[in-house]
Amino acid sequence: MWVHMLFVASILLGKDAMWAVARFFEGYFFFGRSYPAVVSALAATILALLVLHAGIAMRRMPSSYRQWHAFRQHAAALRHTDTRLWRWQVVTGFALFFLASVHLYQMLVHPEAIGPYASSDRVWTGRMWPLYLVLLLAVEIHAGIGLYRLAAKWGWFGAAGSHDSRRRLRRFKTGLTGALLALGLLTLAAYVVIGYQHRDRAGERYVPDAAWLRGGGT
Amino acid sequence: MYEDTSLTGRRLRLRILRHNPQDPGSSPRFETFELDETDGMTLFIALNEVRATLDASLQFDFVCRAGICGSCGMLIDGRPGLACRTLTRDIGPEITLAPLPVFELIGDLSVDTGKWMRAMAERLETWVHAAGEPALDRLEARMDPDLAEQIYELDRCIECGCCVAGCGTARMRPDFVGAVGVNKLARFRLDPRDTRDDAAYYDLVGTEEGVFGCMTLLGCEDVCPKGLSLAAQLAFVRRRMALQGLRGGSR
Repeated sequence: MWVHMLFVASILLGKDAMWAVARFFEGYFFFGRSYPAVVSALAATILALLVLHAGIAMRRMPSSYRQWHAFRQHAAALRHTDTRLWRWQVVTGFALFFLASVHLYQMLVHPEAIGPYASSDRVWTGRMWPLYLVLLLAVEIHAGIGLYRLAAKWGWFGAAGSHDSRRRLRRFKTGLTGALLALGLLTLAAYVVIGYQHRDRAGERYVPDAAWLRGGGT
Repeated sequence: MYEDTSLTGRRLRLRILRHNPQDPGSSPRFETFELDETDGMTLFIALNEVRATLDASLQFDFVCRAGICGSCGMLIDGRPGLACRTLTRDIGPEITLAPLPVFELIGDLSVDTGKWMRAMAERLETWVHAAGEPALDRLEARMDPDLAEQIYELDRCIECGCCVAGCGTARMRPDFVGAVGVNKLARFRLDPRDTRDDAAYYDLVGTEEGVFGCMTLLGCEDVCPKGLSLAAQLAFVRRRMALQGLRGGSR
């Protein structure tokens, strides 16, 4: 997910950079031509993992009003960071059931529509930016908390060692989530701007400036 | 009635949840008691003052006054803690007290942790499973001092119930064994006199009511008045039990 963010953020380095990253995943630089089906396969795999993950995570969610009420009461009285973090994870996870599914389905059926113009048109003309904005917030918060809690659960990185080591890891997690959110928001803004400027020619595909990119495989 | 009566000048207001489940006419309600704070006053002293001078019917438990017996666990401003280890100067002047949740209420601030702890101990078999009858006429086998120290560290648990009351999982699922239970099994697993192997422990704690039910909210560690390394014990037992699960689980 974090690596995905870095790839998507390549738009901040320029349209050519993003175009190259998108084609890379379609095998362009290996086979000399693009196979968008590779992206579909990736999206299908991730969608399957999402369903599996959701199924496993569901076991932990309160299954009755009594449980939900007991937990709410407990969290409000305890005023405890890790207990609050879990609640955020549940809320964002629930949102991701829907948001991530929409995004993954779109990538599954339109794998070829990833590029500086194609993506920006989807964001602006396709009116996907509100979904992407909420998805970005939910996924970053969910993943940051999730990985931190995984470390605490199994005792990785000294997370279960002491109060201090856990607090340090929590600060690191919050910093990382903040940095990635900033990068994500900037990236989304870049697609919005490009999409807005390109709104009259929506649907047109980007042709890279650099001649060596246009020329085919390396 | 107390020797140290040097007043701090603060007036404390104790909001206490009152209820007597034995009395059909009783319903849960908050009652407020006001008293003057003295130097070094603990909640234990304040509660005794209330009982001695304001309301003799107030129910709460204490034995040792020194954080050793685990009797005076209660919700102090919503967080589980020991009344005898809580200085009033660190909180208040308005202090809300309630009985620990999860455990059976005896009355007011008094709960029956013993009943819960006994049920947990019987379920998890928290005693040394020795190979044979102990030889009472011979010296015990020697134990490495470092190992004895490690076991003693986990044995510092006083079963006050704070970890259970601070656990979101236990609040939602009454059959969860809690950090106190997992910590106990971690203690017996260290003990060379105990003949049980991981397959036997897996039967007891490798379940959804055991370590795999834990949601890692870690309220247990953060409220433990003895400062036990509960997060580390939970992570350790979880790793061992996951490994055992991969090896085929129980016997």
